[in-house]
Amino acid sequence: MASLELRGVRKAYGATPVLDNVSLTLEQREFIAFLGPSGSGKSTLLRIIAGLESADAGEIWLEGKRIDNLPPGERSIAMVFQHYALYPHMSVRQNMAFGLKNARVPRDEIDRRIADAAAVLEITPLLDRKPAQMSGGQRQRVAIGRALVKEPKLFLLDEPLSNLDAALRLRTRVELAQLKQKVDAAVIMVTHDQAEAMTLADRIIVMNDRRIQQVGPPMEIYSQPANIFVAQFVGSPAMSLLPATIDGGDYARLKLGDGSTVETRVPATSLPNGELRVGVRPEAVTVVDGPGTTKGKVDLVERLGERTLVYAKLADGQPITAEDDAFSRVKIGDEVSLKIEGNAAHVFGPDGTGYHGAAA
Amino acid sequence: MTVERDWRGILFVAPFVLLYSLILIFPLLRGLWLSLNQVDLFGAGHFVGFGNYDALFHDPIFGASLVNTFEVTLMIVPALTVIALLLALSLNSAGKGAALLRGIFFASAVLSVTIVTLVWRFMLAPDAGLLGAIWKAFGWEPVPFLSDVHLVLPALAITTIWWSVGFPMLLFLAGLQQIPEDMYEAAALDNASRWTTFWKITLPSLRRTTILVVMLQTAAQLQLFGQSQLLTAGGPSGASRTAVLFLFESAFGRWELGYASAAAELLFVIILAVTLTQYWATGRASDASHGE
Repeated sequence: MASLELRGVRKAYGATPVLDNVSLTLEQREFIAFLGPSGSGKSTLLRIIAGLESADAGEIWLEGKRIDNLPPGERSIAMVFQHYALYPHMSVRQNMAFGLKNARVPRDEIDRRIADAAAVLEITPLLDRKPAQMSGGQRQRVAIGRALVKEPKLFLLDEPLSNLDAALRLRTRVELAQLKQKVDAAVIMVTHDQAEAMTLADRIIVMNDRRIQQVGPPMEIYSQPANIFVAQFVGSPAMSLLPATIDGGDYARLKLGDGSTVETRVPATSLPNGELRVGVRPEAVTVVDGPGTTKGKVDLVERLGERTLVYAKLADGQPITAEDDAFSRVKIGDEVSLKIEGNAAHVFGPDGTGYHGAAA
Repeated sequence: MTVERDWRGILFVAPFVLLYSLILIFPLLRGLWLSLNQVDLFGAGHFVGFGNYDALFHDPIFGASLVNTFEVTLMIVPALTVIALLLALSLNSAGKGAALLRGIFFASAVLSVTIVTLVWRFMLAPDAGLLGAIWKAFGWEPVPFLSDVHLVLPALAITTIWWSVGFPMLLFLAGLQQIPEDMYEAAALDNASRWTTFWKITLPSLRRTTILVVMLQTAAQLQLFGQSQLLTAGGPSGASRTAVLFLFESAFGRWELGYASAAAELLFVIILAVTLTQYWATGRASDASHGE
């Protein structure tokens, strides 16, 4: 049986549509990330699932039961809010017990669940503190604990790491991954950080412009982006896109604006007519000593430690991002040879749809 | 740090300190000195030590006025707090209707006490008042609110509540708007009923506001004066004479400035004590809930 199922969910604020016909099925115990920029509709979708907002049309089913007509508290869903939303006048223990008391869970059962969750999250010493007496990271754990004790069928995490500093965010990300193994429920996390989505999710749902753009496991999203938006949003720095025309071949050989050609692994017959673009990730473009695929003039050099990113412009002015090794001697203004790895190149049609090589 | 710099700092606060000393500290000390003298408005007085205080403690009219003051304060403050809270709760929405009603309920607060008492005299007068007319319409005998010793304090309390409800309502509205929306969303996901949400989320979040309202109103109502002077002049037979009305009558009716000052100092001490007691009690309550 599916865990969560969305069927044709629509939502508009007045005349402004925010979600267009969203359908989706979650597997049991699956960890899903809604990934998208601000205003893509991902938070609205999360709030509709939670029951904090209502959909204009469509149905929501959770483990075989229709829930879109139930109040939030009766949906077997727990949510961790972006700003935690802990009750400031209650201790940690009372915060965690509140929902269970309302659901008339017996006293000893409440105590047991709180003790278990506190042990898992290592917050046992904090149980009698108030939220104001804790750090951001501790509050986050309490917020997660408050969700855990409810033993819901679905966890919703709204930007769970966005309020933590960089070091804590990394640690919490690892802990969330470990926590995922322990809970017997599906999880949906909303995030605009692709690294969070890539590392935590079983499947990523990329959202933009009110619609689901692509659904798939992280590496599929990364290696076979469905369209230009997904290609550019996932991966850092973003994929370079270069206008090109077909120059024959069974696997399409594409001619770039500066006259150089890229041998892709995309079957030529699959490509549509019209303006095409070649998409290459920085790791598929390397700075070489001898003659490469093409040449570029260096605009900017970023030294990341383990590798160097080189931002260059081709002869026709198209920007391209390339990689070089850690101790690259490339300087701004240099003319460098660039080798484009055709096997890893993607082709995008006039409507933005992505086409990928068999080997990619 | 040089001495010169210290002086510059003092220059900055000097205007405030000067004004504060002139219009607050000096009168306070002067009042204290007056209370130790027997003095009238026209001649030099003479020092009597605690004579005025001694006389006050044996003055049944002063004692009765204190009792009246406490009674009317007890009638006003709890009811006013609850009514202001209920108004704030029902008007805490973004709609235009709510905004209009907020304005209307606050409007009474900008009226002067003279107008308020005029309005309520029309309401309460048994022969010509609105309430009298309603009573008569039911075929009952009109109730003489302002001339019945048992009804005059409740009438004063109702007038005062109507007049003063706007500001506490505003404080509660401000307090309500401080409660983050996601707390209510968390409560909704925690399956809390409306009732539970009110008692466990809204009310505890308004704790500080409630304490503020109660303390401000207690201090204000212990000084109730205008309504009692204008509506009833303290009558019938002193049943609505408040402490401030008593000291007003002493000072500007009988010209006993020293005696009135002593009464004022005593009232000051009483208000201070009551307020500090409230502060201390609520502080202790919050400590207790801390350790829960």
